[in-house]
Amino acid sequence: MEAIKKEETLSPKLIVSVGPHVKDEETIQRIMWSVSLALLPSSVMAAYYFGPRALAVMIVSILSALGAEAVTQKVMGKPIAISDGSAFLTGLLLSLNLPSGIPLYLPIIGNVVAIVITKQLFGGLGFNVFNPALIGRALLLTSWPRLMTTWYKPVASLTSLDAITTATPLGVIKEAGAVKGMEELLKQFGSISNMYTEMLIGNRAGSLGETSIIALLIGAAFLLYKRYITWHIPFSFLATVAVLSWVVGVKDPVTGNISFFTGDPLLSLLSGGLILGAFFMATDYVTVPVLRRAQIAFGIGCGLLTILIRRFGGYPEGVCYAILLMNCFTPLLDRWFKRRKFGFVKERK
Amino acid sequence: MLNELGKIFIASALINNFVFTRYLGLCIFFGVSKRMETAVGMSMTFTSVMVISAALSWLVYNLVMLPLGLGFLKIVIFIGIVAAFVQAADTILRKISPGLYYKLGIYLVLITTNCIILAVPVINADEKYNFMQALTMGLGSGAGFSLALIIMASIREKLELADVPKVFQGLPIAFVLTGLIALAFLGFSGLIRL
Repeated sequence: MEAIKKEETLSPKLIVSVGPHVKDEETIQRIMWSVSLALLPSSVMAAYYFGPRALAVMIVSILSALGAEAVTQKVMGKPIAISDGSAFLTGLLLSLNLPSGIPLYLPIIGNVVAIVITKQLFGGLGFNVFNPALIGRALLLTSWPRLMTTWYKPVASLTSLDAITTATPLGVIKEAGAVKGMEELLKQFGSISNMYTEMLIGNRAGSLGETSIIALLIGAAFLLYKRYITWHIPFSFLATVAVLSWVVGVKDPVTGNISFFTGDPLLSLLSGGLILGAFFMATDYVTVPVLRRAQIAFGIGCGLLTILIRRFGGYPEGVCYAILLMNCFTPLLDRWFKRRKFGFVKERK
Repeated sequence: MLNELGKIFIASALINNFVFTRYLGLCIFFGVSKRMETAVGMSMTFTSVMVISAALSWLVYNLVMLPLGLGFLKIVIFIGIVAAFVQAADTILRKISPGLYYKLGIYLVLITTNCIILAVPVINADEKYNFMQALTMGLGSGAGFSLALIIMASIREKLELADVPKVFQGLPIAFVLTGLIALAFLGFSGLIRL
């Protein structure tokens, strides 16, 4: 009697629970807020180059994402989990994918679609098939193509309210063809080295967060260092784009002949939303394959589709659609790259 | 020539994908995409039926109907051709491969009245495609439909584990998912101008 009583008061020696038994400090919350932190340099650069208007777009976007998440979770009777940072990150990413001059109801609509339809309807965080922010952007681009492709010249002033519309480098190339477009870009930027420098810093027209490559790379380096993302997807993505843009080369607008092995890989890497997409959106844990080899295939697929859409498609920029299309293939990739179990014989029909 | 055929194939498989941009053939699409196994079987059956029926209707349309001035009857006649062919395939399959028949027999009947199977001969007739172009169109549409089915099946199998709200389980979430995939497929638009 005495012994049993003593045993009951002691804490149990053997704890039986369901795996995985990982004891670590990393939580969803921590990762989501860290990724948001990694986007801070880009957000600051966006606010610097595109003025208070950019700040307004970002704030409205984040608030509407948080609001949509809270309302949906309340309606569905789930615990409200806006503090886990995933809705914040979706809102921030969507705003970084928008031009600065859009009316402020666009980010609200985009975020409602992103959070409610793309994420919560499928069961919330962890079950969404597509990257919510990218679906939001694709929907806005389809519904308001004019507003979503009116780009503004960077003003580089925190107080200026002036705005001059212009075309993005990729837009110029799409419009005028590779050869003429390059000449126009050189006229715009002065020299070719100046063009690359300006593109690295972010002094060009484009979506809020995609222009400043340096700021994006700082964030990406932080994520890689903390091992929140691995090299597999971003590097296979970027390498595919670089190699293919060099191989596919430029198309002569008059004759339609493609001169191979003459493309400019650096321009392809620095222009458009490639860096933002490769490091921050193609690495979303939920919507990409789990297996490393499948991730490399995923990155290569993203690169292929990006070049396909940029060079031959109707849109100047293809990163968003490339990632969304590869999101469709995520379950298939995981299935194809599954390692064969040792001693496992394929079932005969 | 080969370039032209390639364009028709890619256009019918990706850019004008019957499921995601023309919203045709949805009954089979939602019916068989629940399991990967049925989706794969269906895609193979569907593609072969598609190619053969495109060829048959092209022959009948160009060799019989046009000389007789019966072009206005094309919908009725195409339905007849497809139905007769599928019925024949059904009988043959039952004899040759009963296993496959029991798996796909019911879907083979469904194919008879499928809108894509009817749409392809009609498009071929309207576009005045030659025989090879009509065959490529059939093959491309079949490949596009198979791609759609297999993507959908792989995602739906994964969604079985998802915590989808009760009112959206099953078909509703499948419709939402199709809409989202269609949004992604918009990226292919403008890829090829025929």
